[in-house]
Amino acid sequence: MKRVLIIGATSAIATACARMWAERGAEFFLVSRNKEKLEQTGADLMARGATATTCYSMDVSDFSSHVKMLTQCLAALKQIDIALIAHGTLPNQQLCEQDVEMALREFTINGTSVISLLTLLAKQFETQHCGTLAVISSVAGDRGRPSNYLYGTAKAAVSTFCEGLSARLYKAGVHVIDIKPGFVDTPMTQGLPLPAALIAKPEQVAKRIIKGIEEKTTILYAPGFWKAIMLIIKLIPHFIFKRTNL
Amino acid sequence: MSELLYSWGKYPYAPQTAHTFHWRSELQNQITRLTDAYGSTLPYGNGRSYGDSCLAISSQALHMRSLDRFIHVDWQKGTVLAEAGVTLAEILALAIPHGWFLCVTPGTQFATLGGAIANDVHGKNHHMRGTFGNHIRRFGLVRSDQGMLTCSLTENSDLYASTIGGLGLTGIIAWTEIQLMPISSSQIDTSVVRFSNLAEFFTLSAELDHQHEYSVAWIDCLAKDNNAGRGVFIVGDHATYGPLEIETHHKMSIPLTPCFSLINNLSLRAFNETYWRFHPPKQTFKRSSYDSFFYPLDSLLHWNRIYGRKGFQQYQCVIPDAAAESATKELLKIIAKSGQGSFLAVLKRCGNIASPGLMSFPLPGTSLALDFPQNPSLAALFDRLDKIVHEAGGRLYPAKDAHMNGIDFRKAYPAWEKLEALRDPSLMSRFWKRVIL
Repeated sequence: MKRVLIIGATSAIATACARMWAERGAEFFLVSRNKEKLEQTGADLMARGATATTCYSMDVSDFSSHVKMLTQCLAALKQIDIALIAHGTLPNQQLCEQDVEMALREFTINGTSVISLLTLLAKQFETQHCGTLAVISSVAGDRGRPSNYLYGTAKAAVSTFCEGLSARLYKAGVHVIDIKPGFVDTPMTQGLPLPAALIAKPEQVAKRIIKGIEEKTTILYAPGFWKAIMLIIKLIPHFIFKRTNL
Repeated sequence: MSELLYSWGKYPYAPQTAHTFHWRSELQNQITRLTDAYGSTLPYGNGRSYGDSCLAISSQALHMRSLDRFIHVDWQKGTVLAEAGVTLAEILALAIPHGWFLCVTPGTQFATLGGAIANDVHGKNHHMRGTFGNHIRRFGLVRSDQGMLTCSLTENSDLYASTIGGLGLTGIIAWTEIQLMPISSSQIDTSVVRFSNLAEFFTLSAELDHQHEYSVAWIDCLAKDNNAGRGVFIVGDHATYGPLEIETHHKMSIPLTPCFSLINNLSLRAFNETYWRFHPPKQTFKRSSYDSFFYPLDSLLHWNRIYGRKGFQQYQCVIPDAAAESATKELLKIIAKSGQGSFLAVLKRCGNIASPGLMSFPLPGTSLALDFPQNPSLAALFDRLDKIVHEAGGRLYPAKDAHMNGIDFRKAYPAWEKLEALRDPSLMSRFWKRVIL
């Protein structure tokens, strides 16, 4: 029985992962901002076979609440086998270009708050000498594209942080996995004009995440074909790249 | 990224814009938003209704599939409380290992709970357990004018009765609680026997139905003269001993829609002849997995695509017992003569358990269902069939329908006025507009 902490537990990818863990009888500590949605998610996981769930509502941009959340989590789970950090927003790039406050707020949610949580969790995992820290970043972090570079910057920060953390915690027997989903059919991407052929279902991504955790993968593109797409995008020379509207 | 939705038969061809949402609390706002913008909307589950009953008159459908959470399960009592977008397959996957099964299941497990209620679906055990509506304890209905209402036999009972079989028009079902039935094994003990004409079918049905939980027959709709009315009679029961397993058979998929229908007179004749000959003349017993017994077509994903771009229509009627044999004989004669129809011709005796739903389809009598590739000559053929059904006091199944005329409908379903009176003004389907005006 796995003991799982999920931050951003009501997000579509997190829910899809949690349902698969619930089938195997996992015990959950679920964190999200909206209490009502969180409780509905928790009830669903219990019905699907979870051994226990604790719901905890928290706003990730309130850093002072992180320590308390982790204390409560450890009181409930005793040990964390998997911590999945899945919260995030998809900022409106154009608005962020005009509004510094908004840009920094979005950066806080998608970047800084993850770094804060990972720093706290790393200490716990270092003591445990076991477990997996799974972090959902994005393919958007691989290159600063004009259409959403604020989001990309935050995700790049998370990915670079994970790379360093992974090397640090490897010596302690702790696995860190940086998950980079492409376009996924979730409430976050609803209404966006994305190419249909590239859109994955949250369940597809979740299956890959669970496999990646089991196989101790370090960087996981989900679905896998994004590795090839991003390789090509990374290889586009600057003098061409800056002329695109990607 | 807004997806287009179709009815299962892809006829009439009326692509629906899908409006997705994810939480029960958003439901009422979604109805208001769509009604303000487009005049009306209609809930759409997993797209297993064949005709136009699942198509919004505004072509703006509220896609319910994302409401797929379980709310509470009780494996002692065998009750499941879940959101309306949960499919029957998802319930089975959860319930079977605990020794429970759906009391009533239609021929596909990909229908949603909301869809199963809205069409008051039935299955091979109608003669034993009635319709899906007979096993609903309560449900939550969101109306544009009243918000969320809990409906049961005792609470908001008018809405309860008109929503079961109410074609999604009385409000939007947000969640429901259903009763399951206990099983010892997920496998089915089946027994199959051939019959060579319609009279034999009725004899077999009278003899075997009351002894078995499940009973259904396949009939060769192309056979003429001496072979007319030949078919295969299938009965089944949940096995007393055996595993409680979820079947995860490999599913094949029809990857794309061909330009023309793959079902034609030649392929059909070959199939029917082979299928009939494949079954031995004597009664034979077999152990079958639940999914191959109940859901043989579900193993071929997107099977509706074999009918090509023009799509297909299913004709499903039920004829009251008194006239059942003669009228069915007449129907089959006309169908065989037309040379149309398909290998999915199903005959089933319905029982006399009344559904709580006002607009429920089954009657004590015999139901005949078969698919036809869409083509212009269907209208005339269906007219002739309708006349026989109507004269015999029978009726057609709205869940499958894309053609019946309003006069026949209103006569066969006198409760339509009550449903119309309780209809949520924000909801309107192409079917309803077609039959009530």
